[in-house]
Amino acid sequence: MALSREQLAMRVARELQDGYYVNLGIGIPTLVANYIPDGMEVMLQSENGLLGMGPFPTEEQLDADMINAGKQTVTAITGASIFNSAESFAMIRGGHVDLTVLGAFEVDVEGNIASWMIPGKLIKGMGGAMDLVAGADNIIVTMTHASKKGASKLLPKCTLPLTGAGCIHKVVTDLAYVEIEDGKFWLKERAPGVSVDEIVAKTAGEMVVPETVPEMGF
Amino acid sequence: MSGFDKTVNSYAEALDGLQDGMTIIAGGFGLCGIPEGCIARIREMGVRDLTIISNNCGVDDFGLGLLLEHKQIKKMVSSYVGENALFEEQLLNGELEVELTPQGTLAEKMRAGGAGIPAFYTATGYGTPVGEGKEVREFNGRQYILEEAVTGDFAIVKGWKADRYGNVIYRHTAQNFNPMAATAGKITVVEVEELVEPGELDPTGIHTPGIYVDRLVQGTFEKRIEQRTITE
Repeated sequence: MALSREQLAMRVARELQDGYYVNLGIGIPTLVANYIPDGMEVMLQSENGLLGMGPFPTEEQLDADMINAGKQTVTAITGASIFNSAESFAMIRGGHVDLTVLGAFEVDVEGNIASWMIPGKLIKGMGGAMDLVAGADNIIVTMTHASKKGASKLLPKCTLPLTGAGCIHKVVTDLAYVEIEDGKFWLKERAPGVSVDEIVAKTAGEMVVPETVPEMGF
Repeated sequence: MSGFDKTVNSYAEALDGLQDGMTIIAGGFGLCGIPEGCIARIREMGVRDLTIISNNCGVDDFGLGLLLEHKQIKKMVSSYVGENALFEEQLLNGELEVELTPQGTLAEKMRAGGAGIPAFYTATGYGTPVGEGKEVREFNGRQYILEEAVTGDFAIVKGWKADRYGNVIYRHTAQNFNPMAATAGKITVVEVEELVEPGELDPTGIHTPGIYVDRLVQGTFEKRIEQRTITE
């Protein structure tokens, strides 16, 4: 079975470490916040200028001046800090954020990522995604392994305009956990009940498959 | 007005001199911390062919989206747009031009513009459509593109509190692009919720020192919420 959105988020959450500053993108990455292990301290960075993002507010806490990068109303946890957008991207670009999790349309064997623009469709903009992928050393991409029509999203070369070049090393899909190194995909784990053959069939870029591929446990 | 007193009595006075074809740098992220009163006044003035440098362009009936209704904007420099139907329509008609700029690069362009730095290198956008046609240089084995600073004929800024000398503090994430915008206008207009006397704000906690501020006006704010999300 392919991973559900929640399982994808749970798998990504295993990459968290105590004391990490983490930026979570919109969509599945946001769900990772629900699976921070008990007893672990993680601070969420929101690139509009908040470090220490908390849950959505109650009616009483609702405040138009407290929003996240998705423009949703949020709260700040105890020990949070708030700053301007240049400061926020200084910490992103300067490599101070420990982990960035974001979605994508495509990744390729060179670690390129395309996530913001589909030619012919209305282009809304890249927001902070280009800064995030250029600035972070530790990035996890979450996405489905293939499109609904079965077209692979793990490619020899991205076909869509890039968000960043050579910056992605870890991808968690609904079928597998894959690393990118030396111009190849390296299959590391498979989703429960998903065969290596299925993963290979849905991976267009060159992939190294070890003799045994451990199954993710949930 | 005298000495360091930056206060003016009306938005009309605050935006006096704004003309067709000018460039405006605006603070705000989404609808959070936007200079609502200045936008309303610009709409009333009817100035056209404006270039607006702002992270977003509001929604159809609020924020910078209001200026689209009367086709006052010629060009937007933004990281994320299209939360409004009018924007899409004018873009497809060719009535509106957009220069998409990564969010962090946009913030730094404003900061650099206000700080007298004409351009800077950044890895953001290298190898992407954003980097096309831009100078590339290698530092320590990594490729960077040259991005130029921006300044505006006017900067329009939303603060929380300010004293009459133009020392400004912002509230929560309504800070966003406002402090950088404040530094990058030939004429910087700041509108605030509360005007106080010099000495009432702690000098240590000032976000925008008064030296950057030319005109200060007190306003009232709707503070519309774009995505109302609640914990039950």
